[in-house]
Amino acid sequence: MDLSIALLLVQDGITNGAIYALLALALVLVFTVTRVIFVPAGEFVTYGTLTLAALQLNKPPGTVGLLLGLAAVAGAMEVYATARDRAWHRLPGRLAVYVAVPAAIAALVWAVAPAGLALPLQIVCTVAIVTALGPLLYRVAYQPLAEASVLVLLIVSVAAHLTMIGLGLWFFGAEGSRTPPFTGESFHIGDMSFSGQSLLVLLFSLMVIGALWLFFDRTLYGKALRATALNRTGARLVGISPNLAGSLTFMLAAMLGAFSGVLIGPITTVYYDSGFLISLKGFVGAIIGGLSSYPLAALGSLLVGLLESFSSFWASAFKEVIVFTLIIPVLLWRSLTTHHHEEDE
Amino acid sequence: MSTPGSPRGVGSQEGKQRGTPQGGHRNTMARALLAAGLIALLVAPALAPPFWITLLNYIGLYSIVALGLVLLTGVAGQTSFGQAAFVGIGAYTTAFLSINYPAISPWLNLIVGVGLTVLIALFLGFITLRMKGHYLPLATIAWGISLFYVFGNLEFLGGHTGLTGIAVLNLFGLPLRNERYFFYLIWAIALGSLWMTQNLLDSRPGRAIRALKGGLEMAEAFGVDAVRLKIVVFVYAAVLACVSGWLYAHLQRFINPTPFGIGQGIEYLFMAVVGGAGSVWGAVVGATLITLLKQVLQDALPHLLGREGNFEVAVFGVLMILLLQRTRDGVWPWLARLLPSAVPASLPEAPALARRERAPQDAPLLIVDRARKQFGGLVAVNDLSFDLRAGQILGLIGPNGAGKSTMFNLISGALPLTRGSIRFAGAPIGELQPFDIARRGIGRTFQHVRLVPTMSVLDNVALGAYLRGRAGVLRASLRLDRTEESGVRAEAAAQVARVGLSGSLHAAAGSLALGQQRIVEIARALAADPMLLLLDEPAAGLRYREKQELAALLHNLKQEGMTILLVEHDMDFVMGLTDRLVVMDFGEKLAEGLPAQIQQNPIVLEAYLGAV
Repeated sequence: MDLSIALLLVQDGITNGAIYALLALALVLVFTVTRVIFVPAGEFVTYGTLTLAALQLNKPPGTVGLLLGLAAVAGAMEVYATARDRAWHRLPGRLAVYVAVPAAIAALVWAVAPAGLALPLQIVCTVAIVTALGPLLYRVAYQPLAEASVLVLLIVSVAAHLTMIGLGLWFFGAEGSRTPPFTGESFHIGDMSFSGQSLLVLLFSLMVIGALWLFFDRTLYGKALRATALNRTGARLVGISPNLAGSLTFMLAAMLGAFSGVLIGPITTVYYDSGFLISLKGFVGAIIGGLSSYPLAALGSLLVGLLESFSSFWASAFKEVIVFTLIIPVLLWRSLTTHHHEEDE
Repeated sequence: MSTPGSPRGVGSQEGKQRGTPQGGHRNTMARALLAAGLIALLVAPALAPPFWITLLNYIGLYSIVALGLVLLTGVAGQTSFGQAAFVGIGAYTTAFLSINYPAISPWLNLIVGVGLTVLIALFLGFITLRMKGHYLPLATIAWGISLFYVFGNLEFLGGHTGLTGIAVLNLFGLPLRNERYFFYLIWAIALGSLWMTQNLLDSRPGRAIRALKGGLEMAEAFGVDAVRLKIVVFVYAAVLACVSGWLYAHLQRFINPTPFGIGQGIEYLFMAVVGGAGSVWGAVVGATLITLLKQVLQDALPHLLGREGNFEVAVFGVLMILLLQRTRDGVWPWLARLLPSAVPASLPEAPALARRERAPQDAPLLIVDRARKQFGGLVAVNDLSFDLRAGQILGLIGPNGAGKSTMFNLISGALPLTRGSIRFAGAPIGELQPFDIARRGIGRTFQHVRLVPTMSVLDNVALGAYLRGRAGVLRASLRLDRTEESGVRAEAAAQVARVGLSGSLHAAAGSLALGQQRIVEIARALAADPMLLLLDEPAAGLRYREKQELAALLHNLKQEGMTILLVEHDMDFVMGLTDRLVVMDFGEKLAEGLPAQIQQNPIVLEAYLGAV
């Protein structure tokens, strides 16, 4: 291995790591606010890539149908819930959120898809569709069980993940897709070359992380989510609705997934079932951060990306083994330095 | 300690027949159902078509793995995604050995596989279960995925094509070539594991395992080494998975990595949760339900959709979500309501448990010397000193936030001391863990009641006697613990009677009123045969009548020679009850003396009522 190969591997590693970092943030966010271990995170990534790929073929993506279907179910659930509580005055607002907005996004994308949009508009459409799926998934699958144990929520997550894989196969078929790079440019500094694509991924990830920071630090909704993550009961007592917090969290997580999908599309071929492994690498990053620290989770994800790119060079067949066994020394170290264990829940 | 092997007296015969006639009838019904099920299993291979035999074999294999998860996840509250990988260890070990060393009996391979499994599970358990948080599920995901790729990439394990030509299993010289023969072996092992796991749950370690889910603090207060127990449970579940894998390899006689991947690991968890992870029968119900459901979906969907593909996972996922939204405890509790419920057996007479040697009355039992606890800059307990003599009731009182509970936690070992010393019965206990402190003879209650709500009052109290028994997981699961167990149960029943709750002996602890739950906590502490009883605000939240009953109980305990440290802020409650009072405020000792003196003390009055 010479320096230029090493540099290439570092570049690859950081690019992938930046994407895993977005996922790691989504996982930490969802877990701290809702206690859900967000197994379907990976499906939001694949839906992102495959939706974009469908739009590039000027076809309305299958996710449009899913959006309409979920909106119909969520709408029916809202009607049932308001009828049961006789709280009809709440119905219009809820229908607007769970039915009208998703339906409008679906209709818009359906209408403009055949026209052949420019790449930035295609990305906007992709992110809009996939992001809108998040709160609907929360409403339909998780909200009725919001008070259940972490285990039950985890099982629901796994079931949602399986469902989304099956639907992904149905919508997008078994063939993989790869989206064209955003830019073919590359830069040279001395002997070293940097691809514009990698720089864009890195820049974009940093922007998203910055925007998230602003959201959590400066806006009321962001603060409400932080409060819920710290103390669910306390947040409820000061008037933060757990349903709102859950939907909002899933919206953010879905958006992070969609961005990851858009960014990873030009780097690797994505199949309908590729999401699980991608999100698990985000998980490994999040674990390195102890499932609670955002900056450590991001750093951990970079480490995962680097390890992955170097191990695919040296021992390609054992790439996954090396990446996933990385958490063993991390856990061992944590275990040996932690002296006092406390209550789980 | 119990005295195993001592004569049980003629009384045990009578004791067994004391159940109500109706209860006997219901138990007979339950037994008849069980017998009918067993007979159905016995004749199934002779009557059922081969397809159903195959399906039943798989259900048996899956049930064994799911049983481990019932114990680990449903009862102990620890989630593992890696069970399929342990199944793989069992299968690959015997496959590799029987192909390369055909002279070795597959039964020896099983021992090698179990040994390997135990080592891996101990390591994974050690690094994850010592920590707070959800590290076991995450570590087992990584372990499950890694092992799959290891199997798939190692030449000597056949890579992704796998291994063929695994030896035929011989049972007493009879080669099990036929699925129908194998059926009996699988179900004998499945039902054997079920029996063992059920026994385990109804035993000394079982009570401790059931207590783990409610938080470690409570279990440790009765001498349970909670981390060690969690690791043991994880190993137990892993061994069951390994045995299932060993059976699978010799049933199929060829293996590849696919059934040992993370997907199957998730499916095992599905089985346990959907079946009902709180009961051993949930494992069998879940394994049956999921196996049949997948079969039906695989057959029906391609016809319905007119397309080939892996679509059943989507429908499967939706069905799982719907099912959990309907019944989040799984299917078994719902089924169990249709079946006759077993009536608790009456208690056989048993030898009394050995009691601890007591300190002589009036000897100093607990000496707190300049105890200090700081949380960062906050001094919660500021160089507090006091002592407590055997046979006395000492009240530690003070307004809210005075540091009483912190002092309590320093004595019980829940918090480490910053400085100073605490001596109990002549030995320092300041550095000890809660379970060591319990061993020395200190029993405690909790400010917020910590009972296992689904367990009976009897079982909750019997948990208190944990340190007076010795039965471990193996003895308990083979039912070799019955002499000791009847002693423990008799002791627990005696303590329940001592506090006057015999009428609720078999009721679920969670169904009692708060006042009664607090009394159950006292009975549980008494079951440990403590020299010193620590009570953390026992009167909090009680009604007037309940307070009076509690005071009468504590008075009786004192008459019997019990030493009690009572942390309270209710002045009226402690006045008539205690021999001496220590008053705390802002972490310091404000006053100490007889209740009558304290009542007149102007400084105390000011602290309680503001200016006088």
